[in-house]
Amino acid sequence: MADGVKPRVKAPKKAAAGDVVTLKTLISHKMESGQRKGSDGNLIPRSIINRFTCEFNGKSVIDVTLEAAISTNPYFEFEATVPEAGDFKFTWYDDDGSVYDETKSVAIG
Amino acid sequence: MNFKTMSLISAVALALPTLGMADADDDTLVINEEIEMTTKAAAPAHLDGALGDKVMSGWHFRSDETQAMEMDDFDNPGMLGVEDGEVIWNTVEGSEGKSCASCHGESSEMAGVKATYPKWNDGAEEVRTLQMQVNDCRVNQMGAEAYGYDKGGALPLEALLSSVSRGMPVNVAIDGPAQSTWEQGKDIYYTRFGQLNLSCANCHEDNYGNMIRADHLSQGQVNGFPTYRLKNTKLNGSHSRFKGCIRDTRAATFNPGSPEFVALELYVTSRGNGLSVEGPSVRN
Repeated sequence: MADGVKPRVKAPKKAAAGDVVTLKTLISHKMESGQRKGSDGNLIPRSIINRFTCEFNGKSVIDVTLEAAISTNPYFEFEATVPEAGDFKFTWYDDDGSVYDETKSVAIG
Repeated sequence: MNFKTMSLISAVALALPTLGMADADDDTLVINEEIEMTTKAAAPAHLDGALGDKVMSGWHFRSDETQAMEMDDFDNPGMLGVEDGEVIWNTVEGSEGKSCASCHGESSEMAGVKATYPKWNDGAEEVRTLQMQVNDCRVNQMGAEAYGYDKGGALPLEALLSSVSRGMPVNVAIDGPAQSTWEQGKDIYYTRFGQLNLSCANCHEDNYGNMIRADHLSQGQVNGFPTYRLKNTKLNGSHSRFKGCIRDTRAATFNPGSPEFVALELYVTSRGNGLSVEGPSVRN
């Protein structure tokens, strides 16, 4: 697991049924592109988050493939409709096989 | 779409954002819909009208998009540095087995500290910046190694201490024992440096609100430091910024942490007395 990786999510705690809510996510990650050379002249191996998904009660909201040109600390902001109370599950997939996730519950009211 | 309409549209698109873009705007800065910031304040008396009747935070000179990043901690990448600072605050280091928190408690108890630095230290008989005070603690209280100036944990810690003081007015003392250092800083501020023969005042006093190549000139206030800059995607210390400015005049610069920059930091900070502590701010 790469150092200093920490997922963060900002989501409302409650919403009216059918409301469109804004979700903000950020994962601190160095997103090493695999193109750079270290001080020893050798390529630094690629190490990036390659996939990010968000599900609401098991239903896909967004599924993103990330490529090597994306900068450090990838940030996603998107909107989703909340039809009922439930959980948003956010998942980040690292090149090294690590999976980071975060869950946020939204209540109706 | 024919070529004529296309060029007309691009001409409008090009013209609109540049018209008056460099001028300070009248937006209001509220962070997290909670902390109301004073970003325009009555100019301190010692300025004697050099900046007109009010001083303005550099926030006013940025585009709406950059301004918005600072209005929500989640969008402010400088807050990642604050998180790092919080970890350092609670980490035991050095021979005495202490962390910052061992003596000072929660970082939030340090609210108000950043607003008064740089500050005269009686024991050491010198003006100290916050980073110098942190290093004094590390060496003498914790038995740990001092940080290099604007290096290592110094900026995350400064960002942490700044973040807990946000919204409080900058209020550094310029009289009493600090006065000679302040005078030295003022001298440096008005001294022309480098092959381009520019002083701080030539840009930040005479030309704030104008463009400098593709960028906007602010009043050069330091209430927002440490600053997350979009151009280098990291926290920047005020001394490193001073160095960058003097380098751009094609001069040999002073180093971060040098007595000259300590004096300059005191003087420049005093020019913003009354503005809110804003760090970590977001700038271009």
